[in-house]
Amino acid sequence: MDPVRKRTKDLSKSVDSAHLAPFPDEVLEKVLSLVKSHKDRSSVSLVCKDWYNADRWSRSKIFIGNCYSVSPEIVARRFPNIRSVTLKGKPRFSDFNLVPQNWGADIHSWLVVFAQVYPFLEELRLKRMVVSDESLEFLANSFPGFKVLSLLSCDGFSTDGLKAIATHCKNLTELDIQENGIDDLGGGWLSCFPETFVSLEVLNFASLNSDVTFDALERLVSRCKALRVLKVNKHISLEQIQKLLLRAPQLMEVGTGSFQQELVPRQFAELETAFGSCKNLHTLSGLWEASSVYLPVIYPACANLTYLNLSYATLQSDELSKLLPNCSNLRRLWVLDTVEDKGLEAVGSSCPLLEELRVFPADPFDQDMVHGVTESGFVAVSSGCRKLHYVLYFCRQMTNAAVATIVKNCPDFTHFRLCIMNPGQADYLTNDPMDEAFGAVVKTCTKLQRLAVSGLLTDKTFEYIGKYAKNLETLSVAFAGSSDRGMQSVMEGCPKLRKLEIRDCPFGNEALLSGLDKYESMRSLWMSACNLTMNGCRQLAKNMPRLNVEVIKDEESDDSEADKVYVYRSVVGPRRDAPPFVLTL
Amino acid sequence: MESIGVEEKGLNLEATELRLGLPGRDKIEKEIISSFNKNKRAAPKSAEDDGSEAKADTKHRDHEAAPAAKAQVIGWPPIRSYRKNNFAPKKAEAEYGNYVKVSMDGAPYLRKIDLKVYTGYKDLLQALENMFKLSIGVYSEREGYKGSEHAPTYEDKDGDWMLVGDVPWDMFMSSCKRLRIMKGSEARGLGCAV
Repeated sequence: MDPVRKRTKDLSKSVDSAHLAPFPDEVLEKVLSLVKSHKDRSSVSLVCKDWYNADRWSRSKIFIGNCYSVSPEIVARRFPNIRSVTLKGKPRFSDFNLVPQNWGADIHSWLVVFAQVYPFLEELRLKRMVVSDESLEFLANSFPGFKVLSLLSCDGFSTDGLKAIATHCKNLTELDIQENGIDDLGGGWLSCFPETFVSLEVLNFASLNSDVTFDALERLVSRCKALRVLKVNKHISLEQIQKLLLRAPQLMEVGTGSFQQELVPRQFAELETAFGSCKNLHTLSGLWEASSVYLPVIYPACANLTYLNLSYATLQSDELSKLLPNCSNLRRLWVLDTVEDKGLEAVGSSCPLLEELRVFPADPFDQDMVHGVTESGFVAVSSGCRKLHYVLYFCRQMTNAAVATIVKNCPDFTHFRLCIMNPGQADYLTNDPMDEAFGAVVKTCTKLQRLAVSGLLTDKTFEYIGKYAKNLETLSVAFAGSSDRGMQSVMEGCPKLRKLEIRDCPFGNEALLSGLDKYESMRSLWMSACNLTMNGCRQLAKNMPRLNVEVIKDEESDDSEADKVYVYRSVVGPRRDAPPFVLTL
Repeated sequence: MESIGVEEKGLNLEATELRLGLPGRDKIEKEIISSFNKNKRAAPKSAEDDGSEAKADTKHRDHEAAPAAKAQVIGWPPIRSYRKNNFAPKKAEAEYGNYVKVSMDGAPYLRKIDLKVYTGYKDLLQALENMFKLSIGVYSEREGYKGSEHAPTYEDKDGDWMLVGDVPWDMFMSSCKRLRIMKGSEARGLGCAV
């Protein structure tokens, strides 16, 4: 039924060639369409012309890690049958306010091209892009078969844009709005889903701040029988979530609203029953202001949970210790550091299958109070959870010895992101730099793909990284290193490096230029508050014409300093939408 | 090394400057960034630096980093705005207690109490009675703390001295800047109807 464009058969080719093709193109396309991963697809397209073409025609999903590396026209020319697009825009440090407003990454020009070339577009997943209400309205009206909208860490739109989506996208299956900087003009958008609309499978509005009409939500949930993910915002009360769960016991992922409501025993029991009736529930989040009083209502669902996100619940250690023994199946756990080391000990003893742990700071700017987690909490988790391979850990103290123990317990780390919150802080027991800690990580964890370093670090850390981190793809560095030699070691080692982001380090032009041969095989490089000068950047730009070397000028700095530098490969040359404060060299 | 010494001086001045308000003002923020900048732009060391030199640096850094650490650096720690905003309001309330000074006429030194821990006037007055070993008596709108040698007063946002108990507790909590327990004739004066 879907009109898929087919190219005309090039019969003359098979007649001219000395032998027949091994099997018909359609078969090749069919086989290749089973290859899903975009990296594999890329490899497939490089095999030979036939395979390149087969991939071209059969590719339905496209992933673009840097929206400026290519243009929508080039994408449209190469891939005629795209149904699903994933686009990422701004450099990751824009999440931490290091990229000024109006930098770019606007989706609109992409949508205009897509509307012409891909009228049957079904999915759009955006990360760190600028999306306006006009764009959302345009989207809603241009693609009749549109199904999936996922916006993560985007900005530029308001809830009015969501109204357009709810009103016009008759076939929508997924609306996932996460952690965006948007104008919340009210919850009326949810009421815009027509009464005839029944196709929703995923609804996530947890990060929107205003009230939706509960009545409309309840009706929506009732009639969308295929709903499997529902994540509400903190305005939804406990009583309301109970009603929603009753309507949709088939839910697999639930994000509750606020847990702060006075409940009478009957309501408590009803909530318990509601959670217990969700037999497919494997992911639970939300839980704002959850306290020990009402947390037990989730116990009936805990045995099946594989992912529990408590990072908005300021739980203390005893509350977590009471909760976790119910959750022996957990694979992913996100918590706040209010649980302290004692809480993490409970993680180690209760969750042997844990693969991912993220510990966020409840009060990142708190200097006076000695709270949060330390190295012993991390060690405790590592000794009980031997399958741990992903960690994000914010702490105020760490030692080299502890990290060595941790990686000895868990050598399979693929993602190791350690943030010692005080910049440039040494091993608090020995006063040594934290070089040996990260040395241990890269030496032991041979599968390491992503690393974020912190603490007092000399060039030694980077020598270790360059020498041992053979599978490293993403590296984040802040307030570290002693000289150009540090960054050079990384540029000369790390064969698989794709993304490098650096801030506040003593790396200068020599370090920047040492990566000349590497940048074309990388997605991007970010360097801010380092020792780069405009001349150094110009030299890089001159030698590497296929890189875009962009400098974001800081108003107060010297003309010769290059305060923020963003380097990325691109097949379309310098971007034409750069604002005045971005200089492309 | 010299550059670090100069910074130490600069930062210490800032650090000992008397100021009201929370740490983390923009000025200190820029100081931090510039301090790291200056550190970086110092002559690069050779790769053969051993641990001992790094340790010496650490000590310098710790010393100058100590006051510096009390302020905020842009975009650090690396937490998304969404997550930060979710907590800021709640924390600001909960963490900084409502501490006010309490002076008692004739006492050699002042005390400090956290108004947040008290449930109301009764609680507060009881605590003051315990703290200063005196009796304040019962409040009445017409006659203040009649029959008592002491009257609890407070300085409000406008700088006026008020009798404790006249306004609702919540209003008192948000407008009270400091407390003073008056004694003797002065105390009696306040209690008289105007």
